[in-house]
Amino acid sequence: MAEFKNFEAFELDVLKEVGNIGAGNAATALSKLLNKPVDMAVPKVSLLPFEEIAELVGGAEQVVLGVFLRVEGEAPGNMFFLIEENSAERMLNQLLSLRHDEGDKGYSEMELSALCEIGNILAGSYLSSLADFTQLPMMPSVPAIAHDMAGAILSYGLMQYGEMGDSALLIETTFLEDHQSLEGHFFLIPDPGSFGKIFRSLGVGRE
Amino acid sequence: MTGQTLVKVGMADLNVVDGGALLKTTGLGSCVGLTLYDSKSGIAGMAHVMLPSSDIAREAQINLAKYADTAIPELLNRMTVLGANMNRVQAKMAGGAQMFAFAGQSDTLRIGPRNVESCMSMLNRLRIPIVSHDTGGNYGRTIEFDSGSGILMIRSVQFGIKEI
Repeated sequence: MAEFKNFEAFELDVLKEVGNIGAGNAATALSKLLNKPVDMAVPKVSLLPFEEIAELVGGAEQVVLGVFLRVEGEAPGNMFFLIEENSAERMLNQLLSLRHDEGDKGYSEMELSALCEIGNILAGSYLSSLADFTQLPMMPSVPAIAHDMAGAILSYGLMQYGEMGDSALLIETTFLEDHQSLEGHFFLIPDPGSFGKIFRSLGVGRE
Repeated sequence: MTGQTLVKVGMADLNVVDGGALLKTTGLGSCVGLTLYDSKSGIAGMAHVMLPSSDIAREAQINLAKYADTAIPELLNRMTVLGANMNRVQAKMAGGAQMFAFAGQSDTLRIGPRNVESCMSMLNRLRIPIVSHDTGGNYGRTIEFDSGSGILMIRSVQFGIKEI
């Protein structure tokens, strides 16, 4: 699909705003959950080769906790919420007083389920604000969580792009709480066919 | 591992080596890491296969390494150019996991098992024996193939290191 190569600068700005609004609401939700201020970096919108996508979170082999949701509705896509192990432990500790045993590399079902629910709440607020903004219905699927290599997790959301090239367009937002003591990444990877709908709904469609 | 050359294979990529070099690909989820090896000449190849079949390709120029049905013949070609004997080539593979389990899965989400099936049937068609494989499950893998010994090392977060 050649149209990916020629996104105009203003279209990328529109997608950045999409990320800003969605992640802004998610950051507010996270801040309420933790009862602490949460900062958010300016969203990055980029068309990246598959190889480089995992670099955003520290490389393909970086072990992370990843919550995955499929976005259903008018503008389908894939959504990931990735947190590094240290941040996940702090989150569990602050939120639920679940103390993760440092020597234990695995996570209990209870801990995974709690993190999955955090991901679910954040993704839900991301998507509902996005749906309000674009007037396109978007529903998250039931979330699933994996504790694994970032490359293995993220590649799962790239299959739709695989059919048409070796790169994917994604909207990434980083959360920071208290100078990086807690860091999370949101990735929204709209299906290739969804961009047209998002642009049109916001009145910047071509055609 | 002293002084061995390490050749990285990216996602939807393939490469061939000889002379005892290592081939490595990281973060295999539903993708399949496939290796072909001619032990006599020490020529080895690795492909990081992402999708089962090039029939679904909608790209202008097909990336042969990406699809099971095109990556295996391409790998074999490159190895024979280097001097491998097709009749001696044996295969090993790892990956093809299902990272996230959902109820009522669509076919796209079953991509891992489909990648494995497609690689196996392609190897069958080319009469390449599969010596060993470590596929499926719900976890990611990093693999490293030693073209000196023919050993495929598989590393995962939950199960550590395993050799096949």
